[in-house]
Amino acid sequence: MSSILSAENITVEFGGLVAVNDVSFDIPEKGIVSLIGPNGAGKTTFFNILTGLYKPTSGHVMYDGAEITALVPHKIASAGVARTFQNIRLFGSMTAEENVMVAMHSHLKATLAGTILGLPSQRREEKAAREEARALLEFVGIGKTATEFARNLSYGDQRRLEVARALALRPKVLLLDEPTAGMNPQESSVFVDFVHRIRDEKGISILLIEHDMAVVMKVSERITVLDRGEKIAEGSPAEIKSNPRVIEAYLGKGVGAGH
Amino acid sequence: MAISLKRKNRKPKNAASARQWAITLTIVALGIWAFFTYLFDKTPDAVQAWFQVWLPPSTLNESLVWVICALGLNIVVGYAGLLDLGFVAFWAFGGYAAGWFMSGFFNQVNIHFGSMSAKTIPGIHLSFWLVMIIAALIAGFFGIIIGAPTLRLKSDYLALVTLGFGEIIPQVFTNGENIGGFNLSNGTKGISPVDAIGVFGKRLGPFDLGWKFLIYFFLAACMVFVSLRIRGGRLGRAWLAIREDELAASMMGVPLMRTKLTAYAVGAFSGGIGGAVYATHVNGIFAERFNFSISIILLAMVVLGGMGNVWGVIVGALLMAWINATGLPAIGDTFNNTFHTEINFPSYNFLLFGGILVLMMLYKRDGLLPEARLKMISHENDDEASNTGGH
Repeated sequence: MSSILSAENITVEFGGLVAVNDVSFDIPEKGIVSLIGPNGAGKTTFFNILTGLYKPTSGHVMYDGAEITALVPHKIASAGVARTFQNIRLFGSMTAEENVMVAMHSHLKATLAGTILGLPSQRREEKAAREEARALLEFVGIGKTATEFARNLSYGDQRRLEVARALALRPKVLLLDEPTAGMNPQESSVFVDFVHRIRDEKGISILLIEHDMAVVMKVSERITVLDRGEKIAEGSPAEIKSNPRVIEAYLGKGVGAGH
Repeated sequence: MAISLKRKNRKPKNAASARQWAITLTIVALGIWAFFTYLFDKTPDAVQAWFQVWLPPSTLNESLVWVICALGLNIVVGYAGLLDLGFVAFWAFGGYAAGWFMSGFFNQVNIHFGSMSAKTIPGIHLSFWLVMIIAALIAGFFGIIIGAPTLRLKSDYLALVTLGFGEIIPQVFTNGENIGGFNLSNGTKGISPVDAIGVFGKRLGPFDLGWKFLIYFFLAACMVFVSLRIRGGRLGRAWLAIREDELAASMMGVPLMRTKLTAYAVGAFSGGIGGAVYATHVNGIFAERFNFSISIILLAMVVLGGMGNVWGVIVGALLMAWINATGLPAIGDTFNNTFHTEINFPSYNFLLFGGILVLMMLYKRDGLLPEARLKMISHENDDEASNTGGH
């Protein structure tokens, strides 16, 4: 399987602190992979490298056959690397539908003059965008909230809206940063199916950062473990579960024995 | 089905409220115009005197100039959330554009195009409408020049730098009578008079206030139209998103610099129109009028009216322009005459505006006519405060 997004020998230093040390990592095409590790392991930093928010001290990020290491975040996003945020970052005072439409910015062609004049082509485009946004909201299961302000949605719906918004970028890769944080076990298990649906129906490769081990083990085809900025293990859920270094560094002996 | 019904209910509602506002304001404006043009002379002297004190036509016209500029600033501050304290710079560019291209100032040449002034008068005399466009383009151009390096800054620092530009540009004009031997601005003497506005073959002199009122109203209406149109489209959404969360916006593929720069340029563009209109209103360009207080008053109008809501901004602008030009002096005179005092009320205008702003921040943070979205944001902190207080 070829990889859609790959990080090669990424090192990030903040001042003297090495946050990520020589980590290489692949997201296979149409794969679902996870990045786990204890707090402060460098997972989110790594995410921010992939989306262009931070620039690595050394190393390369390749996406779809091209290097994107030096690109600004909005270019990487419009090229098709979408993400959600650990702490939800919706545009609260915009409706659910508008939130999704913001992410279509780079696909839409409307110009300033065209918008002012209200050209027929732009009206059509706007209408199509609205319909696409509705379809995405339906896809994530919150079609009824289209005209509600994002701020007023329930927590679970906000998480879903973040996914819908990310999907509006028409991504090839979706990065989910702790998507089940704050969900109860039942919601989490629904979410696992949802992740599979995104991959199967939209053909999108998915990378998760996740703390909920039940979710990680169920959803991932491959897991990469970071600890203190270093990659300590990589493999299938079964391999990771039985990897002594992982158990020691991350899961802890008690949790490992529990499974 | 339920969804499509809901949607049908929502959209026309917004559109209807906009239409209501537009129709009401147009009727009021036309009524005012008709009254001053046709009825005013026939009214009793007492009524005429009352209007001269409390609502003179020149104040009406000046208010519309403020409305045009405030709507421009609203795009920068209200839509895109960029704090701009130097809007007067664009006002000045617009004003000087009018001074350069519709007066006898450059008397070394003799260019006439679409202007109503006599062909023998030297100088550059272009049509008012053409000058509007030129003024807007010049201001917009400098908006981009100024914006390109500064918009990388975050909120407070952006405000500081724009404040600096708002000071520098008028200074350049004030001292611009000898730039390498070239007289750019006629320095403190200013450029006066500017040509009369020509419309439908009519020449509008300094005293044709009624017709100028209509023209200014037309330009303000254009600004409203443009504001609403942009707001509803792709760019308006991107501005809102940036106002809310820059980082999330950029992660959703919105180019930050370019989008902010567009807001700044559109704002500057309208500032240029406002400046040129102002020049035709006061019939000249005077460097000392382009001072910091203009930027602040404009900002106060936007905040007072309700950031992001064009109708609120219009109300805010009309109200403050009236207080500044007529209300305060008239109230002051009445007060002084009644109580036999000699207080110079107009000189306290900034005290009053400052006071109003402080009170607004305390009791009505969203402005007089807040935008529904903004209302939510500014009350969010209240909820949080009460939540933490409760625990």
